[in-house]
Amino acid sequence: MAKDVKKELQKLGDKILQDIEKKENPSIEIPIRALSNVVFDKKLGQLTLGDKTAKRYYFNVAHAKKFMQTAMVASFSKQLIDQNIHASIRDMFYNLKRTLPDSNENTFDEQSESDPIIVDLEVAIDVLREQLHLTTDRKGIVAGNVIIQDRGDSIDWSKLGSGGWSIPSTVDEITFKKVEAEFVLVVEKNAGFERLHEDKFWQKHKCILIGTGGQPSRGTRLLIQRLNQEHKLPVYVFCDADAYGAYIYSVIKSGSISLAHVSDRISTPSAKFLGLTISDVYEYDLKKATIKAKDVDIKRAKEMLNYEWFKKNPKWQKELNLMIEKGIKAEIEALSHKGLKFMSETYLPDKLKKKDFLD
Amino acid sequence: MSERKKAEDFAKEQKEISVSEFFEKNKHLLGFDNPTKSLLMAVKEAVDNSLDASEEAGILPDITVKIKQVDDNTYIVSVADNGPGIVKENVPRVFGKLLYGSKFHRLLQGRGQQGIGISSVTLYAQLTTGVPTKVWSKVESKKKTYYCELHLNTAKNEPDIIKEDEIEKDVVGEHGVKVEMEIHGRYRKTVEDYLKQTSVSNPFAKIAYTAPDGTKTIFPRSVNELPKPPKRMKPHPHGMEFGILQRLLQNTSSRTLQSFLTNEFSSVGQQSAKEICKLAKLPEDSKPQELDRAAIDKLIKGMQTAKVQRPPTDCLSPIGSAELEKSLKKEYPNAEFITSITRDPEVYRGFPFLVEVGIVYGLSDESGTKKKKEDDEKKEDTIELIRFANRVPLLYQQSACALTEAAKDVDWRRYNLSQSGNNLPSGPMKLVVHICSVWVPFMSESKEAVAAYPEIIKETKLAIQDAGRKLSSYLSGKRRAGEQKRRMQMFDRYAGEVSDAIAILTGKNDKDIEKKLKALVESRVHIKEEFVDESTDTKDVKKEEKK
Repeated sequence: MAKDVKKELQKLGDKILQDIEKKENPSIEIPIRALSNVVFDKKLGQLTLGDKTAKRYYFNVAHAKKFMQTAMVASFSKQLIDQNIHASIRDMFYNLKRTLPDSNENTFDEQSESDPIIVDLEVAIDVLREQLHLTTDRKGIVAGNVIIQDRGDSIDWSKLGSGGWSIPSTVDEITFKKVEAEFVLVVEKNAGFERLHEDKFWQKHKCILIGTGGQPSRGTRLLIQRLNQEHKLPVYVFCDADAYGAYIYSVIKSGSISLAHVSDRISTPSAKFLGLTISDVYEYDLKKATIKAKDVDIKRAKEMLNYEWFKKNPKWQKELNLMIEKGIKAEIEALSHKGLKFMSETYLPDKLKKKDFLD
Repeated sequence: MSERKKAEDFAKEQKEISVSEFFEKNKHLLGFDNPTKSLLMAVKEAVDNSLDASEEAGILPDITVKIKQVDDNTYIVSVADNGPGIVKENVPRVFGKLLYGSKFHRLLQGRGQQGIGISSVTLYAQLTTGVPTKVWSKVESKKKTYYCELHLNTAKNEPDIIKEDEIEKDVVGEHGVKVEMEIHGRYRKTVEDYLKQTSVSNPFAKIAYTAPDGTKTIFPRSVNELPKPPKRMKPHPHGMEFGILQRLLQNTSSRTLQSFLTNEFSSVGQQSAKEICKLAKLPEDSKPQELDRAAIDKLIKGMQTAKVQRPPTDCLSPIGSAELEKSLKKEYPNAEFITSITRDPEVYRGFPFLVEVGIVYGLSDESGTKKKKEDDEKKEDTIELIRFANRVPLLYQQSACALTEAAKDVDWRRYNLSQSGNNLPSGPMKLVVHICSVWVPFMSESKEAVAAYPEIIKETKLAIQDAGRKLSSYLSGKRRAGEQKRRMQMFDRYAGEVSDAIAILTGKNDKDIEKKLKALVESRVHIKEEFVDESTDTKDVKKEEKK
């Protein structure tokens, strides 16, 4: 984290300027971000980016526009850092969108064009988006017996009523003042979070409760990692019993394919999968509450069977195969079938007690 | 029951019809089928004669054409040349007798063929206005100018001289002919088109033209040398037909069939003559005059099957590829691309012929026609096809002509032009096709369309394809250049934003960086860009890694 981002951006500019002065084709070297260049590091238990790179050239019809866009994003970020302010990625898009002189062409047409350029820049100079002073929407909620310091304000996660604390996109600058918990429970769904929050699950079980609201944001993943690394709290992930739930767990644990370059900075390799599993469906007699799996669910499950980080664990292989074989899936709400408090009063305590986790 | 007529009664009504009478009733066969065309025919026949005469006499032609309107539908057409002139005795028959001419009986490439042309105008003039045709002719600078006014006696097909004189007044310069005809007609731009095209196919001629409204146009020479005069050719055995052969047999002075063959035909030596006789199963020493119909038939078969050398080709006088190109450049100075080719001679029915093709592409603006945007290729007009036979423009019956058929038969899409079905292609282009031969097979006496002999169509197609390939390589070069330009414009467009960004990143001056970057864009105009696909192409990635 000690990397001087400003200096890196300046180096990028210097290199391009040198190319221009040497009358060479100006280029930016960018590591390739595709499955073909993503490696699973067994020792670290993380997805990491391989060393394949490609050059983005100014004098290449296919690259020229992206080259310009990359330079624009870099200079925008440099200005943010210089002024020590932050901007959301949407903000940046509107700031940089304009029509080029004497043409009908815009620098950027859609935000979907500028978002991947940010990631390109991250990998190109090996920094995080947060370090470029670019933020995303808040996503993810947390509650627990914790007091933090954020931009000078003290926030007590135990005193935020029904809502909990919304996790910002940048959490590397918050500091923990008090952490009284024994583990972190990450719930895939906000509905699940609400249920457990209302049931005061975090109080009763001395834990920090985090709702990701689907695929966890980078801020949420970093927060999980910091709680795990700085406070040695075990992390348990509670997701639906389907391929997507399993992938959310794997993203928290090992990183994602599309953001493999930041795995080491935001993943939590020691995270464990608590549930829901297809085995649980039978164990807790939830068969009636299951949903028939669609073709895409089965296809996704089959793909995941072949991911290296799922291959190493026979228990995962068993669960994924069971999913395919039985052709069913179950959401965590299925537990409510046994009564609304079944989740917080029976299922979770039972699983935690038995330490019935998947790794 | 009506009284039955007797053969004798019919006999009273049966009498000879002179050719003149025949054409009097069938003017359209000579091309006088409507007023516009009739006026053009008058100009055309006179100009063709002038060009033929000057060229044969080795004089660079200088032709003056004037059209004057007399009333609503009457015009006076006058054409003067600087040719050798016509001797006094021949003038009346050249202008006042159909089928009189020097060209019919010889095999020599020329504009006229049958000797109908100019006298048919005299006939047309007397049929429409009744005004006699006036001719001035001067043979030598020292001699006086012969002048006459004449009609054509249709019953006898002989000239009727109405007035003749020898005058001092200099009408045609040192030598030459001037003809003046008063006819019914309608004036259209076709006259000018014809003269312009004539100037293209006769780059050595200068034509000065005065239109009825007084506008003067000069079509200058683009070449100052006459083409090599074509040689006369004896008939070639492969093209023989019964009637001609019969006449040749009757008129020959040769005493044996073998010597008849070697003397009267081209490309026939002792060997071939013997082979022909053998194939025809006729004795070599048969008397030519004594061959009967059956024998002549056998002889024709023998001539056609015998292996005989191709006819000589020095009897052809093409415009020439370089001359045609020069000429086209002169007529279409704004054209984007001009090319031309001249093929080697080929043979149909024993007659040598040769095809030349010129292409004029990308005419930006010509005589007020709407300008086509280059990138707007959706609806373009079909190309203009300009046909020539022995240097004479063919202005009518385009769709019936073998040259048109050949042009339509070419797959123009291969040469980067759009073409729907088997039609002429579309595009800002003029296609010039010239066929020259000692005997061009026309569909009719008005000489407007070439007959569709397979050899002619095939050769014309090959000629067009040769030129098409040249056009295609020009067009693809142009397309590449266009792409290169678009590419450079793109790099140029991005230079501002990139420079601003780099200025912010490096803290250097943005104007300075932009200047350098734009200079770099400029310097790279001709350098092929590096093709490295960053997303998926791992081959390129490996290349990068090796570096």
